[in-house]
Amino acid sequence: MLQYFAKRLLGLIPTLALVGVLVFLFVHLLPGDPARLAAGPDANPETVALVRQDLGLDKSLPEQFLRFSRGVLQGDFGRSLRTKRPVSTEIAERFMPTFWLTSMAMAWSVAIGMFIGVLSAVWRNRWPDRVGMTLAVTGISFPAFALGMVLMQIFSVQLNWLPTVGADSWRHYILPSLTLGAAVAAIMARFTRSSFVDILQEDYVRTARAKGLPETVVVVKHGLRNALIPVVTMMGLQFGFLLGGSIVVEVVFNWPGMGRLLIDAVDMRDYPVIQGLVLLFSLEFVLINLAVDVLYAVINPTIRYR
Amino acid sequence: MDEQEELQRVDAEIPAVPAAAAVRTPWTEFRRKFLRQPVAVVAGAFVLLLVVLALASPWLAPYDAENFFDYDSLNALPSVKHWFGVDPLGRDIFSRILVGSRISLTAGFVSVAVGALVGTALGLIAGYYEGWWDRIIMRICDVLFAFPGILLAIGIVAILGGGMFNVIIAVAIFSIPTFARLVRGNTLGLKHLTFIEAARSIGASDWTIVTRHIFPGTIAAVVVYFSLRIGTSIITAASLSFIGMGAQPPTPEWGAMLNEARADMMTSPHVALFPSLAIFLTVLAFNLLGDGLRDALDPKIERQ
Repeated sequence: MLQYFAKRLLGLIPTLALVGVLVFLFVHLLPGDPARLAAGPDANPETVALVRQDLGLDKSLPEQFLRFSRGVLQGDFGRSLRTKRPVSTEIAERFMPTFWLTSMAMAWSVAIGMFIGVLSAVWRNRWPDRVGMTLAVTGISFPAFALGMVLMQIFSVQLNWLPTVGADSWRHYILPSLTLGAAVAAIMARFTRSSFVDILQEDYVRTARAKGLPETVVVVKHGLRNALIPVVTMMGLQFGFLLGGSIVVEVVFNWPGMGRLLIDAVDMRDYPVIQGLVLLFSLEFVLINLAVDVLYAVINPTIRYR
Repeated sequence: MDEQEELQRVDAEIPAVPAAAAVRTPWTEFRRKFLRQPVAVVAGAFVLLLVVLALASPWLAPYDAENFFDYDSLNALPSVKHWFGVDPLGRDIFSRILVGSRISLTAGFVSVAVGALVGTALGLIAGYYEGWWDRIIMRICDVLFAFPGILLAIGIVAILGGGMFNVIIAVAIFSIPTFARLVRGNTLGLKHLTFIEAARSIGASDWTIVTRHIFPGTIAAVVVYFSLRIGTSIITAASLSFIGMGAQPPTPEWGAMLNEARADMMTSPHVALFPSLAIFLTVLAFNLLGDGLRDALDPKIERQ
């Protein structure tokens, strides 16, 4: 098990290194001179030259990359062009609201999605299935930002039950996490259903029924564990969707998180902040996928020995 | 399994009498299975209708979508004169939605077409040659996959700058790795089959084997994914416009319209309602069509 974990962890290094190179090159792909960008529009040529030297932009590309990677490994992403504060401080302030938002959305959407999926598979082609799958296809077709606006209009503006924007109390989390999780719940429901329908046709399920086990035991004990294997993989992929989706949802609810920070940084062309956030988002995603793979190995013992 | 299905299954297992049976080509099989699904047929018809409306929108729109201002009925609710009402600037929402359909459908279709084309080519190369080609292509895909969701598109737009054209490029790149993986998997499964070996043994070139024998085997999966992916891409493109990185006001792109409507949600929520419905119904139609295509093309469904 430990060996499997180590092997998977080592396999991530080349991918992460390439992501790092891409993020580093990002500055050089931007149109215009990064030194001029950093110095501001009104700076004279001398200032721009000073800034270039200060940022190390006058060195060769490999030297710059070494400097960049050394910084990143020490958690130093440079300073924000807009606020002049270290990028790591800027991001640290915004990390927790996004973390809680995505975690909450993931928790409820996986639970509800799997529940609907199992119900739909067990009562296949009957009304619980029809209702569940109609809801699911609606969920994947409704864009998150529109859903967020609708929910806000109904529950905050008309009914005045919940706050509109900000992240001050647990009540602020309800609408954004519902908005963010809806599509994931829908995808999980569809995926769990199809995985479960396959499992319920396996010979061992027929055997379990034939030996007179109650249907609940058949579904939960024989079905669920086996159906979970592909579902867990799907969950990992959906986390990426959630992290990306949080960017849009944070704009709708004016959420003080990393997504909102990223949008502002792109608007202001604050490239050190963009670099830091893009690296962090992908690192988070890659690590979550690793965790999912390990979880997969726990559920499905055959995978460990490959 | 209920009785009805059991009967159908038994029916399917009895071999047809050759003299009486009509010729069964993959195409007739597909048509038979597709037409059996009323929801997918309706969705497909709706998609066709949308395409016609989008193409004809400049002639169908009752008012100019960007430059007509009806100052007497600002924020008016839907009426006979303005079917979907009027926005806070006095523009006719129905005309804007119609003209916007062209932008959203183009964005969805073109980006997925480019993504599918490049992704399929890469997937065929990776799956057929394996070795270094496979390692390099799949490594690139891994790297593209390491950026969660819309983040890759945002990064690309940050480099290229805003605007609908760049959004289409960004969404296309976002689609490449999924198609590459899908086609690579299918190619790996197909290339060891006997008919490929037979083709090789009579001296067919790699090009002939890949284009004539392997590629047709991957089409079904690509078509299904194509339809489902258009839905995702329309949402992604609209999201980018919504966060201000795609189409800019006053362009009547649906996501951009919603972003504009956000400021006046309190006073005139109907301005946001129609663009939301437009995106939802369009994406829903593509998703239902994709589900129907999958059920009609996937040989695995037959077993159930």
